[in-house]
Amino acid sequence: MGKNWFATRWGIIGVGALIGVLAALLQKLGNPGNMGICVACFERDIAGALGLHRAAVVQYIRPEIIGFVLGSLIAAYLFKEYRPRLGSALIVRFTLGIFAMIGALVFLGCPWRAVLRLAGGDGNAILGLAGLAFGIWIGTLFLKSGYNLGRTQKTYGSAGWLMPLTMIGFLALMLVYPQVPGQPQSGVLFYSQKGPGSMHAPLPVSLGVGLLIGFLAQRSRFCTMGALRDLILFGQTHLFGGFVALVVFALITNLIVGQFKPGFAGQPVAHTLHVWNFAGMMLAGLAFALAGGCPGRQLFLAGEGDGDSAVFVFGMIVGAGIAHNFGMASAPAGLGPHGMAAVVTGMAVCLFIGFTMRQTAK
Amino acid sequence: MAVTVDARGLSCPQPVLMTLSEIKSGSDNEIVVLVDTDTSKENVSRAAVSQGCTVRDVAPDGEGYRVTVTRK
Repeated sequence: MGKNWFATRWGIIGVGALIGVLAALLQKLGNPGNMGICVACFERDIAGALGLHRAAVVQYIRPEIIGFVLGSLIAAYLFKEYRPRLGSALIVRFTLGIFAMIGALVFLGCPWRAVLRLAGGDGNAILGLAGLAFGIWIGTLFLKSGYNLGRTQKTYGSAGWLMPLTMIGFLALMLVYPQVPGQPQSGVLFYSQKGPGSMHAPLPVSLGVGLLIGFLAQRSRFCTMGALRDLILFGQTHLFGGFVALVVFALITNLIVGQFKPGFAGQPVAHTLHVWNFAGMMLAGLAFALAGGCPGRQLFLAGEGDGDSAVFVFGMIVGAGIAHNFGMASAPAGLGPHGMAAVVTGMAVCLFIGFTMRQTAK
Repeated sequence: MAVTVDARGLSCPQPVLMTLSEIKSGSDNEIVVLVDTDTSKENVSRAAVSQGCTVRDVAPDGEGYRVTVTRK
């Protein structure tokens, strides 16, 4: 078995750089502003397309997400890394997924979009990234004091297929019920007529880019949360290299194609409430740290057979439904009516999990 | 003498935390880390090298790997 080049320093930097370029190009090809790729937003759009929430502006089955899982699945099989596993504190992971999504939707973006917003000139992203780092720092304190969700177990090969099959199902729905111009609904699927949900690159492009990123991210173990966590926890810069490469190359691409617009006010799909940009991402960062991966990484892990990550992903999709149905998600106009309460509750739940789920030395 | 760290079934970053803890506080010159994913194998190896240790051997072991780390 040869050495995995993608897991080297230049491998992860190369993958981060490529993701940065592709994300900026996806925006150029139709995806929403500073949202070439946003795992949280895209899962939220999927929740909307399925009717789990009825926010009419954010409903579209995002093929990028389907590609992330299936690309990872293909890589895992090709390199004999498909390992079906399941069973580590599932209800905790599901809960963390819900609050990770709620936090991300208060900020309006996951870690991926936070860096893409920065690379597009959105100054509000600085507050979000600071909050993300702070939330992850809290998570590292728990990790240092023995926080641990326990061991997972080997399971049936078919159990690891449930998330990939779900994604294949989403793709099948898109093909059976394709978007009809001017129609908000096609069969069982909702399609946004305006707003971010109506903005998307062509399906084959989105799916192709998703598959490529899923494949490369599985090989390189790319993780935005892990980038900051390893830096804070171990002083290790391996994953951070990929994270920085993403920002730099997305910025360069944005400059080339004319998508860089510096400022705070009037940024696409963003608000300027500094405290809540910070707090929303603090919640998301803590939830990702406690769950062991950023939303992208959770998709890639789900693709290689990790049922624990799959449960976290479903938690995020359900969380999107909750956030939009119950007024917790923000909009460019500002916070939802229950956004503040949601962040406070989410922090309380995450701290409860962090403080109580610790194993002291054996 | 070798001490064994069983990190099988644990997800990121637990295997690295356990390995580093053993490197820092343990007394054995050789540490055998059992992991069950390729990611953990890479992460443990990378962390050990960053601490100035050498990864003497990585061998398949059941469903996973047995990573043997030697302290300087």
